[in-house]
Formats: sequence, C-alpha cells, structure tokens
Amino acid sequence: MSTLRRRVVALGATAVAATLVMAGCASTETVTEETTATGSDACAAYEAYMGNEGTEVEIYTTIIDPEASLFIESFAEFEDCTGITINWNGTQEFEAQISVRVEGGTAPDIAIFPQPGLLAKFAGNGLVPANDATSASVDENYTADWKTYGTVDGVFYGSPLGANVKSFVWYSPKTFADKGWTIPTTWDELLALSDTIAAEGSVQPWCVGFGSGDATGWVGTDWMEDLMLRFQDAATYDQWVSGELPFNDPKVAEVLAEAGKILKNPAYVGDVASIATTTFQEGGAGLVDGSCAMHRQASFIGGILAADFGATIVSPEDTTTEGGITTFYFPGVSADNKPALGGGEFIGIFADRPEVHAVQHYLTTPEWNNKKAALGGWFSANLGLDTANVADPVNKVAVEILQNASTFRFDGSDVMPAEVGAGSFWKEMTAWVAEDKSDKAVLDAIYASWPY
Amino acid sequence: MTSLINKSLVKSKAKNVFSSPWAALGAWIIAILWTIPTFGLLVTSIRPEKDINNSGWWTFFVNPNISFENYQQVLFEGSTTNPPLYQFFFNSLAVTLPAVIFPITLAVFAAYALAWFEFRGRDFIFFSIFALQVIPLQLTLIPLLQLFAKGLVIGDVTIIPDFNITGTYIPIWIAHTIFGLPMAIFLLHNFLRQIPRELIEAARVDGAGWFTLFSKIVLPLSVPAIASFAIFQFLWVWNDLLVGLTFGGGAKEVAPMTIRLAEMVGTRGSGWELLTAGAFVSIVVPLIVFFSLQRYFVRGLLAGSVKG
Amino acid sequence: MFTLALHAARKTPADIIAENFSLLALALLSFGAVIFLIFLLASRTSVKTQEWLKYLVFLVPSILLLVVGLIYPAIRTLILAFMDKEAETFVGFDNFIWAFTIPEITVVLANTAIWVVTAPILSTVIGLAIAYMTDRMNRPAAIKSLIFMPMAISFVGAGIIWKFVYNYQPNDNKPDIGLLSAIFKGLGLTPPNWLLEAPLNSFLLIVVMIWIQTGFAMVVLSAALKNIPDEVVEAAMLDGAAPWKRFYLVSVPMIRATIVVVLTTITIGTLKVFDIVRTMTGGNFQTNVIANEMYSQAFRQMNFGRGSALAIILFVAIVPIIIYNIRQLRLERTER
Repeated sequence: MSTLRRRVVALGATAVAATLVMAGCASTETVTEETTATGSDACAAYEAYMGNEGTEVEIYTTIIDPEASLFIESFAEFEDCTGITINWNGTQEFEAQISVRVEGGTAPDIAIFPQPGLLAKFAGNGLVPANDATSASVDENYTADWKTYGTVDGVFYGSPLGANVKSFVWYSPKTFADKGWTIPTTWDELLALSDTIAAEGSVQPWCVGFGSGDATGWVGTDWMEDLMLRFQDAATYDQWVSGELPFNDPKVAEVLAEAGKILKNPAYVGDVASIATTTFQEGGAGLVDGSCAMHRQASFIGGILAADFGATIVSPEDTTTEGGITTFYFPGVSADNKPALGGGEFIGIFADRPEVHAVQHYLTTPEWNNKKAALGGWFSANLGLDTANVADPVNKVAVEILQNASTFRFDGSDVMPAEVGAGSFWKEMTAWVAEDKSDKAVLDAIYASWPY
Repeated sequence: MTSLINKSLVKSKAKNVFSSPWAALGAWIIAILWTIPTFGLLVTSIRPEKDINNSGWWTFFVNPNISFENYQQVLFEGSTTNPPLYQFFFNSLAVTLPAVIFPITLAVFAAYALAWFEFRGRDFIFFSIFALQVIPLQLTLIPLLQLFAKGLVIGDVTIIPDFNITGTYIPIWIAHTIFGLPMAIFLLHNFLRQIPRELIEAARVDGAGWFTLFSKIVLPLSVPAIASFAIFQFLWVWNDLLVGLTFGGGAKEVAPMTIRLAEMVGTRGSGWELLTAGAFVSIVVPLIVFFSLQRYFVRGLLAGSVKG
Repeated sequence: MFTLALHAARKTPADIIAENFSLLALALLSFGAVIFLIFLLASRTSVKTQEWLKYLVFLVPSILLLVVGLIYPAIRTLILAFMDKEAETFVGFDNFIWAFTIPEITVVLANTAIWVVTAPILSTVIGLAIAYMTDRMNRPAAIKSLIFMPMAISFVGAGIIWKFVYNYQPNDNKPDIGLLSAIFKGLGLTPPNWLLEAPLNSFLLIVVMIWIQTGFAMVVLSAALKNIPDEVVEAAMLDGAAPWKRFYLVSVPMIRATIVVVLTTITIGTLKVFDIVRTMTGGNFQTNVIANEMYSQAFRQMNFGRGSALAIILFVAIVPIIIYNIRQLRLERTER
C-alpha cells in the first residue's frame, strides 16, 4: 500500500464488468476463439512479427491486476499467431526495483515506465533504442510531441503506451441541474461558482486529497501544472519544466497564489491541513457520497470511483442518474484558452532481440490500441484509436482532447529532475497545505533543490 | 529430603507472589491493548467491502455483516496474470525453510568459533560482524544481484562463475542467508558464551575434539537458543518483500506470498477486504511456528546442564 | 478462467508446487548430507589437524558469505558516498555537506534521535515487564502469544492495521473508520488530525515500532529470566525481599547482559526502519528520519551518492553502541 500507482490507466465500470465476465464464463468463448484464430486468416495481420516462435518476452511494469488481466487478454491473439509468450510482471515496487534490476544485470526485456523522466535515466545505461519499424510506426500513429517524450539526446527509446488527461473537473450533472449551477468556462467563473456553492451551504464546493503514500503531494503538483498552462503560455511552461525559468520566479508565484485561492480557502475545501492526510481516492469519493460538488482530477479517477465507491460514469447530458458523475473542462483564464495537461506511460526495451522489438512495435499499432481500448477503461494517444472503441464517456472526451488539443503538455513533474519531480515539488506542495507554509517559502525551497 | 520440601514450599510461595492478581491483570491489559489493532484487521477481513469503507470496524458488533467471500476470493481465485494465493503460500514455505535452516546452521558454527576458539583477532571479527547489522539491505541488493547474474570477474580472472541460477530459489536462499547471518551470529554468540567454561574444559580434558565437543555438548545445549532465533529468522523471511522481489527475478513460480499481497492492494490503494484477508492468511503460519517452538523458551537455556 | 491461464501454456499451480518442493527437498537433503559428512570425517582427524580444520569448517563459510554479501557492498557504499548521483564523478564531501545543510536536517536528526531513544527503551521495558509478570504464571502462553503477534505481521499488514487506528475524518458528516478518532469523539473530545500534528505524529509512528518490537524483547528476556537459577530467587525470597526489590536487585542484574543485547538489537532495527514512516506519512509533516531520507534519495530520486552518504551517517551513528558492546564483552571475559 506504500506506493500507490497513480498514472496507471484506470479501470472503468465497463472494465469491471469485463473482468467479471472473463472470470465467470468467458473461458469457453476463449477456447473457441483460439481454435479459430490459430492458423487462419486472423493471423495474417501479424505477418510483420513472425519468425519468433517459442520465444518469451518479459514485460516489467507498475500495472497490476485487475488492469493487467486486460492487457494479457489483448495480447492473446498476438501470442497465438506469433508464438511469442509475453510474461507480464507487475509490481508496485517498480520504481525502486527497475534500477536494481538494470544495475544488477537482470534487466527485464521490456519495462513500462510510468514517467518519461524515469525512462531517460536509463538512456545510455542499458536501454536499447527502438528499431526502425517501431520508430516509423510511432511517427505515423502519434503526434510528434509524444515521440519527443521518449527521445533522449536525439535517440528514440520509449514508445508511448497508455495516456490520461488531467485537465478535468469532476462533478455530478444531476446535482448541478437540481441546484441550477452552470458549468463555468473561465477561471473567474469557477471561483464565482465556488462562492455560490459555499454560500448556498448544502455541500462543500471542493474535495481535495493529496495523500498517496510516499508520493503524497502529487495532486498538488498537478494543480500547479494545470494552472501554469493557463496563467502562463506554453512556452513559459516549457521553460519552467526544463528549469530555465527559476522555480521562485514571480510568474510561478502568481500561479501558486491562484491555486491557493481554491486549495487554501477553508470555505471551499473545509479543513485545509487535512488535504494532506486525505488520500486522493478518498478525495474523489467525497464527490460520490455527495459531500462536495467538484473535484479536479485526471481521467483515471473515474475508474477508481466506479470500482471502489460505486460511482457511475455518465455523460454531461445525463442529469437524471442518481450518483452519476462526469467531467467538465478545467477552465482557463478565458473561455477560448483551452490547453490540456496529460500524462502517460512509455515502453523501453533492454534486450536487442527480434521478438522484443516485435512486441514494442505491435504495441504502437492502431490494431492493438483499438483492441485494448475496446476491453474498456483505457485509452492512448494513438491517432488511429477509434473513439467508438472507447465506451466510457469521460475517456471519450479525453481521447478527443488528446487528438485535437492545440496546446497539450505533459505532466511537468514527471519530466522535471527527480530531485524536484519526485521529491521537493511533492513535499513542498504537501507542506504548503499541511503546515500552511507560505508561497514564497515553498517556491524558494523547491528552487533550492533544483539541480541547476 | 528437607531441602526438597523447602524447595517445593518456596516454589509454591513463589508462585503465589509472582502470580499475584495485579501482575496478571497488568499483563492481560497490555496483551489486550496490543491485540486491538490486529483484532480490527480480523474483523475487517470478514466484512464486505462497502462496510469497510463506510463505517468503523467496531460497528460490526452492532451490525454484524459477515462475508467469507474475501477469503475464498483471495485463496483460490487466480487471474490471467496470477495463480491463486495458495500457490504463493507454498512458494513462501519453499523460500522460508532453507532460508531459516542455512543461516542458523552457519551462524551456530560461527558463534561457536567466536565464543570458544582462542585466536588473535577474534573480537575484531565478532564486532565487525556485529557492526554489519547496520548496513541497510537496500544498498546491498545491486552488488549481490550482479554476482548472481554475472558471477564475479576481476580483470580477466573469473573468481566466481555465473551459475545461471537467476529465476530459481537459490539466489533468494543465499541472499536471506547472508542477510540473516550478522544478527544470528550476534545473538547466538551471546547465548553460547554463557555455557559454563568448566563444562567445555572438562570435555576437552576427557579428550573430546572440537567437532565432538560441538555435536555432543554445545549443540544440545543451544537447542533452545537456536529455536528462539529460528522463530525470528522465520518471521523475517516469511514477511520479507524486498529480497524475494529482487532475487526472485520477478518469476511468479518462486514469488513468496508477500509479493502477491503487496500487489493485491491494487493500483487503487484500496481493496482492503482482500488485503486484510490475505494478511490474515499470512499471519497464521508464523503463529503456528511460534506455538510449536515456544516450549523451548520456557524451558530455558541451561536448564538441562547446570542444574542437571 | 483456468483455460485462459492454460492458453498461454503455463503450468498449473499443482505442477509448480510439486516442482518447487522437489528442489526444496533436494536442497535440504544435500545441505544436511554435506554437514553430516564433514562432521563424520573431521571428528576422526587428529587433534593437530582439528586445530586448523575447525576454523575452516566453523568460521570460514560465514566469513566468506559476509565478505561477499555485506562487506563488499559496504565498501561500495562508502565509495559511492563520495560520488555524484550517476556514480561517475568524485565529489569529495559534497554529499555529506548536502546532508547537513538541507533545511529539514534538524528535524530529521531530531526525529531520528527521538526514535532511537524511545522505541528501544520502551519496547524493552514493556517486554521486560510482560516477561517478569508472566514468568511464574500458570498459563502465560495466551498473553505471550498476543504480545508476540505483531511480530508475525508483515509491514504491508501493519500499514493496513494502523490505518484503521489513526485514520482521521475531516468531514463531520461521515463516519469515522479510525479507532482513535472514534474513541475521542465517544469521550466528547475533538480528535486531532493524528498523523499531521507534529510532534504527536512522530510518537504515533513510534508506537507502531514499539508494538512490533515488544514481542521480540519479551521472548528473549523471558528466556533469560528462566535462566536465573531457582536458588538465587529462593535466597532472595527467604531474605524476605519485596517483589519489587527482588526485581531490580536480583532479576535485572542477573539478566543485564541480555537486556543490553535486546536494547542493541532494537536500536539497530530502529535506526534502519523506514517502512513505517514511508507508508504512513511518506516522511511529510516533520516525521522524516534518516533511513527514510536514504531510501527516498537512493530509490525515489535515484541519487545513490546522497543515499550512500546517509547510509554512512547511519553507520557512524551506530559506532557508540558498538563501542559500548565491546566494553561489555571485555568486562565479561575478564570476569570469567
């Protein structure tokens, strides 16, 4: 329970159903599928990966059950046709263990990195560059920026896997409709709505939880990043992430002050200090049980709320379903300012064998991405992904954002140096709410820890 | 005869004084305080998931809502990526038995040598071993793993060849043996050196060699100490996550139960119902071991020798 | 479901268990056979041969394993402590300077000191109390088992158990799932946010450590108490010494060596512990300790230089304890 994995693509309500079906009665189905699949036309699609019969490929990852089962299922046909066995090895200790295994000489064939920053650590230290087939496939199926996240010093290593979109505010359309609240389209409207809800007094405007074991504080960094994209332009955001813009620059201070308007306002969030000890799951749960009206969180929280807290993900038009939740776009300064913040996983390979390249290549194809998305609760930034395969209404919106957003930026803390991105930024955002540390002290402390 | 009577008199009197109701009451209060948190775990493990998230475990007694489904699910249901928990249970046994027996055997040997052999540098070796206890496990993982994966080659000279044992139990056993040694040697040494010198010297005079001395006198006398340390080593290995994770190479065929349990928490950081049930399954074995070995503590280390 | 598992041509659990247990039996039998043979042969050698053979059999295997598995890594750690985070460039004392100049260092050091002082002493005192109170009890097994139980629980389990004790519910309209808060509310008090308020939170984390370690102290001390010859206790009793006096004038001095061993062992364990802090507060809210900072530097932020430097600092912290133990041992050896 120590390291809660946040970026892992979550499981939608549909996925729960899929798992249950699979555990219950799908066995016969699978058998028939198998017999028809082997040696027939179905395998024609796998021509490019042939010639590796009897080989095994280990995938090392943070993604564990129940999500892992869906991955295995999505590989079944590939395995049958190509004769490559994929061994899925998921552990929550991934971040610490991957360096132990690489240094120790037992590197996995394939690792799924939850952050591109972590992948970059292994460039030139065991990581094998993607081959031409994979590289070409990524060029064809992803926007250019997704390729750059997996590129270190001009060498392309990491192909994108799953994705999530963070610029969402979750709410209950039924409650909003009942109370007559309208969806805000600007930051000022959002604050005004928060005031309205607070004055009305029946529910708390916001639920926030920063807690996440030894990664406590990441929710705060997401708030900062989202607002940074809104109050400053994308170029400034990039400078901030790369360290060109000092962390205690007035521009950053301005953004933190804006974040404080919500996060440090007891009228909006209740007891501010408790944000730090409320887990991010519990934070989202407040929306489901009706104790608050809004919750800013990435797309993946929907799966958690559905699976563990009995939420139903609905479309914004559905104002009748009791307990239904959905999202609106986290508004910018003006209604036409619509940047998006997201995140995703990247596949790096540590073995230069044809079957390993074949698996990496396959996972970048629209065929696989559609197959995986159709199993539910998951999406990626693959341009070939057909939104018809994404059943969950929120994820559908997320895919559209990914494919169309004019300004899309990757989760900054995942790209910043680990001292900051997995250290001081988390810790200081936590102290900012827990100990009421001042904006200036927080930014100065993060600045001091940056390895310039 | 009179001394015998006296002795039994004193004994019974002793019992009366020591087992005063206050002492017993005090001990029971502490014991109950100690158990409340774990008891909460037990109660939680038989509650349905919804109840766990929405009310305190103590409300169970007002509103008893029992579900053994958690245990059924944890123990016998696998998934495409994971066999059911009972297989991991047996893996844990297969990891633990040698990982207890190997280090304890070697540690008794070393403790015997350090307690009773007279040689220069003895104290230095003993305290070096003692100090090794403080080395954090995490920092030893990488070099040790390199050794198992690649052997030890200095320059062009192969000192330890690559035995190709990754993915089996062998690296886990060796790693646990190494990590258990300093503490085992330290504790057992402290027990062994309490054996009366006269006893050792008498045997030496009778012509017993160092090996006979060990097997005929030292080993039988140290059984209680070995038993007590065996319990601790057993618990550390049984509850270990890091060593199994690192040296098992991720193979499910050798992964101990803790790995599966840690995984079961899920990406959602919840799923308390499964985890509490799984945690309870994992507590059962150590408790059985404790119960079956505890009579050795009660008898005392030197009970059989000095007072004969 | 099982067809799905089979579909990837994997073995059934029964096959794997059978295979594993064959290897297990083989390993145990061959280990036993080797030891047996060595003893059989060695005990027949001459006294002269035994004088060197005894070192080879009894001492050398352990030392070899320790050199490979611990001393070599320790030296590597020492070297890394003077290198940068990529372990490529020598940086002198930079990592140590960093360690003593980070803003929260005073908090980290103070917390580590609080842990090292309170956890071992309280565990030992409570363990000794239980051991003494149950020493002559008719059926101590139940009490001892209950106290011992936390030792049988992994950190994963302990984390969950204590979540249900310390959990704080900021929203008054929701039911508490944390036991402490519920008790406070039951008494009409307002519960604090347990893990947030320093220094209360550090003490609450220490309670978890004490909860685990008391069983260890109790078991070892109980064994030591049993070792006090009956005659000694009887003599004291016939002298008419009160139970309390008997305890600290007779029992405690007789098991002093064991108490030192227990204190030492728990102290070392306390210095190294990071799981409790890491799972329960992540080192936030001024609860950080050196071992947790070491873990987070080495494995979260991948800075092995700083991580190693902190490990060296921990190692240095243990030196006084080692020195004390050396003096104790010397004392005992001269006494005999």
